[in-house]
Amino acid sequence: MNSKLAIRDLNIHFGDNHAVKNVAMEVAENSVTAIIGPSGCGKSTVLRSINRMHDLTPSARVTGTIMLDDTDIYGRSVDPVTIRRRVGMVFQKPNPFPAMSIYDNVIAGYKLNGVLKKGDADEIVESSLKRVALWDEVKDRLRTGAVELSGGQQQRLCIARTIAVKPEVILMDEPASALDPISTLKIEELIEDLKSKYTIVIVTHNMQQAARVSDVTAFFYIGELVEIGETRKVFTNPEKKQTEDYITGRFG
Amino acid sequence: MQNSAQGIKGDAIFRGFTLLLACSIIVILLLMTAEMVKESLPAISRFGWRFISGSTWDAVQEEFASLPYLYGSIVSSILAILLATPLSIGTALFITELAPRKVGAATAALVELLAAIPSVIYGLWGILVMTPWLQSTIQPFLIEHFGFLPFFRGAPYGVSMLAAVFILMIMIVPIITSITKEVLMAVPSSQKEAAIALGATRWEMIRMAVLPYGRSGILGAVILGLGRAIGETMAVTMVIGNTPKISLSLLSPAYTMPSVIANEFAETTTKMHASALMEIGLILLFVTLVINFLARMLLWSVTRKWKGGVA
Repeated sequence: MNSKLAIRDLNIHFGDNHAVKNVAMEVAENSVTAIIGPSGCGKSTVLRSINRMHDLTPSARVTGTIMLDDTDIYGRSVDPVTIRRRVGMVFQKPNPFPAMSIYDNVIAGYKLNGVLKKGDADEIVESSLKRVALWDEVKDRLRTGAVELSGGQQQRLCIARTIAVKPEVILMDEPASALDPISTLKIEELIEDLKSKYTIVIVTHNMQQAARVSDVTAFFYIGELVEIGETRKVFTNPEKKQTEDYITGRFG
Repeated sequence: MQNSAQGIKGDAIFRGFTLLLACSIIVILLLMTAEMVKESLPAISRFGWRFISGSTWDAVQEEFASLPYLYGSIVSSILAILLATPLSIGTALFITELAPRKVGAATAALVELLAAIPSVIYGLWGILVMTPWLQSTIQPFLIEHFGFLPFFRGAPYGVSMLAAVFILMIMIVPIITSITKEVLMAVPSSQKEAAIALGATRWEMIRMAVLPYGRSGILGAVILGLGRAIGETMAVTMVIGNTPKISLSLLSPAYTMPSVIANEFAETTTKMHASALMEIGLILLFVTLVINFLARMLLWSVTRKWKGGVA
């Protein structure tokens, strides 16, 4: 499989706090990579560096390279906006736009890019919502406010909004941690299904979830990448003692 | 047991006390309104609807009608709001979203300072600095280049509707800005991140996530500004020219309801004159209530769609 993302010498500082230290890892195309580790280990920080979300934080400093195919995400002439259109993101808490309808939420990304024909918009809304298995639940009320959906539905709507603009990579920051078990299951099935078209990197607190959905697992501890490997191997026969301690529940 | 019984009794007394205080507000409002109605009855019974539709104000002949004042108040306030709203939202966006932290904080502090300046100072500045400047530069410019419009006809007097609009605008920008700023700061970062992660530029993020989220609050800020503009007395009285005439031209002097009350109440000679002023006060109160009511309706219609959401 081709490598979609290649991270080299990634260091992230927030002021004096060295949050991520010398991380190097690759993410294969059309695979699911899970990032696990205890709170504060830098897993979300790494994830958010992949679509330059740290640009919003004045105190953050990112060094190193992250190659997205042949583009260095942190390259001098690279526009973060174009990167974010190629690398979508789903957040921990569902964050649909409350002032918009379900329909408008799905095509929100297109509203940024300007004109979209009515027929095309309808098609994008339908295919995106079908993709996240939300279509049947909302097709009769596309014009109602997105906040009237349940939390799990809102999160699937947010995923639909993300895939509607056809990104290449989807970053997920604990996408199911605010949801009930049934909604969580649906999101996990969805991740499995999305893998065929997208490259997915998911941060999760939940080790069973990582084991269920991912092909590759990366274990982080205090800002460092301790171990990365095939998920089955990491969970059954980890190379490092720290990884083993964490996955067997001895700490974290 | 005794203690808790005492506690219950104390609660009852406290509740009764606060109820009394709350009721006193309503009673004061009602008494004030009743008094105003009573005092304006002579004018109401003598002039009827003519008081609102007519435009003669003659204390000697005891002929009173209030349309020029109503017109002056409403037009000056609405124009001031139209100018102040974009300016305030822009300033608030600069403070919260665009400026470096320190610059933003300094700007915010300066804006708050503007809000603390007494209105008579604004009036003084208006009459000593702004009106002469309007008379020598802005008004001749408007007459020369836009004189074909009915809004910019006539001679440049300085004191004018335009001067009142400007002074009101300056006075309400701080209040609209600082409330809008609070509203914008309350927009959760998850909303901004949602837009940014979709590939929004900063401006697109503001348009897509920040402004829609804060719109009901911003609307509230604008309404508060309008309320302040309608009721503002001192500064307006000093620059508007105090001429009870209705003119489309913004360069003409005009008059407002609070201004006429302030100017004339001390020198009323007849009962009818005092009664007419009282009726203007009543109309002012009514207009303010209507604006507040409309604002509430507007707010309600905007927020209702969000039902139970993250409003």
